[in-house]
Amino acid sequence: MELNLSAEDAAFRDEVRSFIAEHYPKEMRVANPETDLTKEQSLLWHKILHKKGWIAPLWPKEYGGPGWSLTQRFIWDQETSRAGTLPPLAFSVTMVGPVIYTFGKEAQKARFLPRILSGEDWWCQGYSEPGSGSDLASVRTKAVRDGDHYVVNGHKTWTTLAQHADWIFCLVRTDPSGKPQAGISFLLIDMKTPGVTVRPIITIDGSHEVNDVFLEDVRVPIENLIGEENKGWTYAKFLLGNERTSMAGIGRSTRYLRRLKDIVRAEIPEDDPSFAEFIREIARVELDVLALEATELRVVAQMSRGIDPGPAASLFKIRGTEIFQRITDLTHRAMGNYGVALREHPVSGNRFMPGPDYGHTSAEKYLNSRKLSIYGGSNEIQRNIIAKAVLGL
Amino acid sequence: MDIELTEDQELLRNSVQRFLKDEYGFDDRAKIVAGEDGWSRAVWAKFADLGLLAAPFAEEYGGLGNGPLTTMIVMQEFGRSLVVEPYFETVVLAGGLIEALGTDDQRGELLAEIAAGEATWALAWAEPGSRYNLNKVSVSADRSGDDYVLSGTKAAVIGAPWADRLIVSARTSGRDGDRDGVSLFIVDSRAAGLHMQSYRTVDGRRAAEVTLKDVRIPAVNLLGREGQGVVALESCRDRGIGGLCAEAIGAMTELNAATLDYSKTRKQFGVTLGSFQVLQHRMVDMFIALQEAVSLMQHLTLTLASNDAHVTKLASGAKTKVGYAARFIGEQAIQLHGGMGMSDELKVGHYFKRIGAIDIQFGDPAFHLMRFARAA
Repeated sequence: MELNLSAEDAAFRDEVRSFIAEHYPKEMRVANPETDLTKEQSLLWHKILHKKGWIAPLWPKEYGGPGWSLTQRFIWDQETSRAGTLPPLAFSVTMVGPVIYTFGKEAQKARFLPRILSGEDWWCQGYSEPGSGSDLASVRTKAVRDGDHYVVNGHKTWTTLAQHADWIFCLVRTDPSGKPQAGISFLLIDMKTPGVTVRPIITIDGSHEVNDVFLEDVRVPIENLIGEENKGWTYAKFLLGNERTSMAGIGRSTRYLRRLKDIVRAEIPEDDPSFAEFIREIARVELDVLALEATELRVVAQMSRGIDPGPAASLFKIRGTEIFQRITDLTHRAMGNYGVALREHPVSGNRFMPGPDYGHTSAEKYLNSRKLSIYGGSNEIQRNIIAKAVLGL
Repeated sequence: MDIELTEDQELLRNSVQRFLKDEYGFDDRAKIVAGEDGWSRAVWAKFADLGLLAAPFAEEYGGLGNGPLTTMIVMQEFGRSLVVEPYFETVVLAGGLIEALGTDDQRGELLAEIAAGEATWALAWAEPGSRYNLNKVSVSADRSGDDYVLSGTKAAVIGAPWADRLIVSARTSGRDGDRDGVSLFIVDSRAAGLHMQSYRTVDGRRAAEVTLKDVRIPAVNLLGREGQGVVALESCRDRGIGGLCAEAIGAMTELNAATLDYSKTRKQFGVTLGSFQVLQHRMVDMFIALQEAVSLMQHLTLTLASNDAHVTKLASGAKTKVGYAARFIGEQAIQLHGGMGMSDELKVGHYFKRIGAIDIQFGDPAFHLMRFARAA
């Protein structure tokens, strides 16, 4: 499905397509880019986009954005995800960057934004804590003022790719009295500061994506506070808004669905009893993708007329993640007996995996994608949001 | 129809439970899985001491008799403790085939060896591209004097890297896909010309691709009648499904208990998770799914024990129902544990992964649903 594009937008789309085809690094085309690349490898595309001036589509031109229209940004998202490129690190470019240029001081903008754009600084997100789950306002990590420093003590968890990070943006409690949302501040912490420790969390698929981050008497200069003390919840919510709209994942689902069809064609003979079942299930998912894509296009059209979808955007997170989970489930089952094999991380490249290449990640993808309905506000929470904020229940 | 155990069966269950509780905790298991071998010979020796390695066999072979029910008792407990040792492969599959098909000599010698813990086995029935079809056998077995010569590749043989012996299905006549003409052979895993490529499985076991290149097997190692291997494998699969369903029930029971426990203690937004109605209903559905699964598993077990002719349809039905229930319970257990459910340090994820493998072994629910639909 395509947007009705003007001649100018169509030309832009073609330019994006051929740029990706020409410049996307071959060494980033590995079995599972999200888990298999080194830090240096995953930054290759980032650096190419930086040089081109396309690294931060969301950002205003004055801070280094490309100055694209809403439609162009949508085209960009669509083309990059259809092509299966690894998106630049969201924590840096999509999350903390916009917080810094929206709420940060001039000195913070000058110090951090160029290094985010160039990929020199790798950021991670210090939101979740043990026991917080989807209730982010329950922050217990404490920051106590001591002269021109904050002294931070606490424990952040599920911190994605913290093992590579130079900086962490943290929600910390600066005022324990009053409502949970009221006493939170937004603090930028250098990962090299004494007292910061990163411990890997291995997930059920065997990969190392997430970590515990322990903060023990970490001294953070007060100039690293974003905006005002105790106003951090406002900035955090602003950031989460950016996270949620990008979760429909149409491009990714479309790619994996195409792959699933190829696998079913190759693996399941027509006389297999379950062949018809797979065909029917695939058709259902295909319709789900089509419907979500049409919804997305409808919302993009509304947004370009100035209508904000608001909390209804939660539906993209719900359906996008459910659809992708379903596709990984079907792909795993399509592999038949070979579905029992699991690649070993992180040195998977050297290990033997049975069966055709296209099946080597099917088990880990199925397992890993269980996280999608949990993180970024669980799907139960997203349904609560729609119930309350859209339906008025 | 609720299975009531006899005194002997109750004793068996208690001794398995006690051993696993004392010596096969989650941390013990984690150490075994992470070790170089990936399974524990010490645990295996203990199984032999407890009589488990003969338990489902007839009394003359040191067992308790009533194979399906005895298997159910053991496998259900193994499911609760996530036992990785190749009991299913050695005792339920290979032992079951030997008991059903073996000559007096084979039964006497091989079952005694299994009972004593002296040999582990694996069943090599699948091939690349066979999917769940037992008839699709392209490994060839050609008669040459007093030997058969086996050549070809067997796929996804669970437990093969641990096995002393394999039962290999190979074609002695007919064409790939024919139900007739497949024979079963007892093959030493160190036989000349046999090569294994090993890998880890999702549930912490090991499997292998087994390549046979002109492997000479003495004719006395034929198991059962030449050309009748598929029929034998079909009933082996039915019995195997009984064991896998019982194991899945054990895992599902633990998943439901862990989830319920977590929802009563874990607080969010100032209240316990269990106070949210949407999660209450989810857990009710998990409870119902388990009850239905237990019922069909027991129904299958009793039917297997009675040698009913329609058992194969019921086996497919149970595999389907238990498979869908297990997947639902597994996925929801992860979801309700939130981020913690994704961590490999918690038990929940390991039950989920074992359930995922059980789902695939001998055919997934989509396969068995259609098999159920088409069976008489």
